[in-house]
Amino acid sequence: MSVLVRLARQPFALAGLALVAVFAALALAAPLLPLPDPDATEPANRLAALGAAGHLLGTDQLGRDVLARLIFGLRVSLAVGVAATLAAALVGGTVGLVAAFYGRWVDGLLMRLVDVLMAFPYLLLALAVVAALGPGLTNAALAIAIVNVPFFARAVRGQALGIVRQDYVAAARLAGFSDLRILLSEVLPNVAPLLIVTAATTIGWMILETAGLSFLGLGAQPPQADLGSMLGDGHKVVVAAPHVAAAPGVVVFVLVVGLNLLGDGLRDALDPRMKGVESGAPQPATRVERGMTGAGSGPNDSAAVLDVRALTTAFATPRGSFPAIRDVSFTLQAGEALGIVGESGSGKSVTALSLARLAPTPPGTIVSGEVRIGGADVLGLGLDRLRRLRGDRIAYVFQDPLTTLNPLMRIEAQIVEAIRPAPGEGAKAVRTRASALMADVGLPDPERIARAYPHELSGGQRQRVGVAMALANAPDVLVADEPTTALDATTQGRILELFARIRRERGAALIFVSHDVGVVACLCDRIVVMYAGEIVEEGPARVVAARPLHPYAARLIACAPRLGQPDKSLAPIPGAPPAIDARPDGCAFAPRCDHAVAACRAGPIGLEEAMEGRRVRCIRWRELSGEAA
Amino acid sequence: MRLPGDSPPPHAEEPKGGRRVEARAASSPLLEARAVTRRFGGGGWFGTKRPALVAVDNVSLPLGPGETLGIVGESGSGKSTLARMLVGLLQPSAGDLALDGEALDLGRGADRRRLQRRAQMVFQDPASAMNPRKTVGASVEAPMIGLKGWDAPRRKARVAELFARVGLAPEHAARHPHEFSGGQLQRIGIARALSADPRIVVLDEPVSALDVSVQAQVLALLRELRAGGGLSLVFVSHDLAVVEALCDRVVVMRRGRVVEEGACRAVLSAPREDYTRELIQAARRFAA
Ligand SMILES: Nc1ncnc2c1ncn2[C@@H]1O[C@H](COP(=O)(O)OP(=O)(O)O)[C@@H](O)[C@H]1O
Ligand code: SF4
Ligand SMILES: [Mg+2]
Repeated sequence: MSVLVRLARQPFALAGLALVAVFAALALAAPLLPLPDPDATEPANRLAALGAAGHLLGTDQLGRDVLARLIFGLRVSLAVGVAATLAAALVGGTVGLVAAFYGRWVDGLLMRLVDVLMAFPYLLLALAVVAALGPGLTNAALAIAIVNVPFFARAVRGQALGIVRQDYVAAARLAGFSDLRILLSEVLPNVAPLLIVTAATTIGWMILETAGLSFLGLGAQPPQADLGSMLGDGHKVVVAAPHVAAAPGVVVFVLVVGLNLLGDGLRDALDPRMKGVESGAPQPATRVERGMTGAGSGPNDSAAVLDVRALTTAFATPRGSFPAIRDVSFTLQAGEALGIVGESGSGKSVTALSLARLAPTPPGTIVSGEVRIGGADVLGLGLDRLRRLRGDRIAYVFQDPLTTLNPLMRIEAQIVEAIRPAPGEGAKAVRTRASALMADVGLPDPERIARAYPHELSGGQRQRVGVAMALANAPDVLVADEPTTALDATTQGRILELFARIRRERGAALIFVSHDVGVVACLCDRIVVMYAGEIVEEGPARVVAARPLHPYAARLIACAPRLGQPDKSLAPIPGAPPAIDARPDGCAFAPRCDHAVAACRAGPIGLEEAMEGRRVRCIRWRELSGEAA
Repeated sequence: MRLPGDSPPPHAEEPKGGRRVEARAASSPLLEARAVTRRFGGGGWFGTKRPALVAVDNVSLPLGPGETLGIVGESGSGKSTLARMLVGLLQPSAGDLALDGEALDLGRGADRRRLQRRAQMVFQDPASAMNPRKTVGASVEAPMIGLKGWDAPRRKARVAELFARVGLAPEHAARHPHEFSGGQLQRIGIARALSADPRIVVLDEPVSALDVSVQAQVLALLRELRAGGGLSLVFVSHDLAVVEALCDRVVVMRRGRVVEEGACRAVLSAPREDYTRELIQAARRFAA
């Protein structure tokens, strides 16, 4: 359904679809059409010209009606192309599936056979097959199917390899399913789209190739016509009667173009990466459209290295544009560490990314607010200055550096690339700086690691490389978005140790995003707690962790297990956070809050100043903290 | 200051055997791994002799009825390999499994099915554990088809019962995985593991991919299952606090071997081995 809709959005694919539909209808309806017998010869009326009486497209050298032959030939060519494609898809698909599923020697053997097939020049192989089997339409189709098997086998195997490693295949094994059943019910449905796309993009070529064999006299045998043999016949009289060759030539051309347009359209429609609501190339910086609200107002905190005011970033969804973060304000002093905590989807990453306009556009747009880094208005900067700001003033460490590191480049080269040389600084000096950085982030055996590729490192080592690259130009602000979430507890501890030391030794300001309040309380000076895209609480880290004011913050802290307290209750927060397009009016936490009253749902709730430099977005914080005390 | 790298500092002496505390269930083990070893790689087709990686090295592990056993260790210590061997998804290179005291030959389909009727698994990544093109109800029904041969009405009734048990509405069964959050999917994964009435559920890092708030929902469900009695759980995790909150007994693994083993609270409050101590310190340092 949605595939068809996406197909319908592509004008070229639609044109292809229309062409193919017309040809298919003609081919299917051929026996019903008022056409003369395509094989009836009429020697008296040889090579009649276009528009001759009773012969719209004239006749060929035996006086046969070209239009009739063309339509019946089209019928034959289409049927042969479809049959060859189905055969190649069936055999190639099976080979690919079996190779991927059984792996080991089965895979080795099958793929070696496929390699052998592919080693021969394509048409030569087809010719050899036809030579061995004898000329004829069926054999030609068979030959074309055989030479196309490897494409299907390889494509399917590649995709299936990823699928057989998925846990749902293991789960099907545990469910007691047979291999055949697993292949048919778990693996095949997931490679089917690829199989369809491969078939759709190949069928045009296969028709062309079969026509080629027929042209050479190895396919359709007289008197039967297919587009290829008609081309061959027409070729012989091309000077005397060019229309005899031109008619099948045009039809083959248009048919193949139509099929390929449709195939490409289908591929794009089935490709999940095209599923986005807004298409268009990703932009190098988040779009800023600050409309009416304009920049944030109020005095700037000139001492702060980072000053964020009323930042709102919206995302386009199929149901319209909705803010993923709204009205986010905070400041960061030099050398200070700020932790951002919250459930996934609460807007931590969007906040972190928006600071350097790294939130993806499309679908993201910064719709209001202001970000100042060392006084520079980030949201108003041109692309050049923004690029220099990234890395020099503000640098990022992400959850899994494997996604940001170049898999084909050695580690040292990547670190060197991250360093912006000082004026007059030579390559040698830059490399010295790179190795100093690697030593600084505690990479053991820096010489070996310098020469390694990203996949050769452990998760912890890769994260150290990520930190080294972020530190390359001594940024004022280091933003780490869940840098330890993908690591096991021990490695996580060591990386946190590294961040703590960087803070001490370098005095860079740090923004540390995590869903673990405990970690943030240990590492950071201040905490910001986010819920449904808003800051709901802010304050000194240890104070907030020990005595949260906002009910959400309290529940979040209460549900984390703690070593040494095996009987802690771990009461889960009921329900789930709202999606960005289903945010309730009033307090976003109200549907899950034990303390919610009618007033909570009445209207927007502001972030209120509370004691000890704390801020909280809850109308009942006073009475609730009173209750607790 | 010494900068720890990512591999733990070598010990002066490799702990041998670890300790075995007699906190083990008194009755005979339901499932027992007997000196299992699993190697990966090595050999190869055309004489590409690379040394094999020994992921699990001579591990013996009894699991009693109704007991909750935690397996902890760093990533790469062999926890998942051991877990997959316990349900027959991987075959041991040496050693074997015994079910009710009887040795299993995991090369035989019949023995694998015998094991799988008793032992099921919950996977780490809830997104990859559900076929995206099947409804979650169909995924939950699979073990009832493959292992029990139940008819459709009986399966439907059981799915509804299981969905209620893991806190989801029965009509959710008709939806596809992409319509659920990670925590919901993990609960559906638990429903699937329970669907054919196993006695053992092996959970491989079932909450590591989840937020604390969602993790709490899954842990609450697991605590409920444990309290229900009758079910043995094997809970693999690198998070000591989570293991402590859930398990009776714990096994500490390092480089494929069992380093220490015993009653969970005893081991985590008074570890005997340096390595365990190191794990605990690492977990404590950044916990407020
Ligand atoms: N590329 C995107 N397209 C549409 N919505 C997005 C995109 N990225 C994030 N969102 C939405 O923005 C909200 C905040 O997400 P995020 O900042 O990633 O949360 P967190 O980092 O706290 O897990 C979520 O509701 C998420 O669904
Ligand atoms: S405003 Fe009301 S609903 Fe929101 S957190 Fe406070 S008490 Fe709960
Ligand atoms: Mg995030």
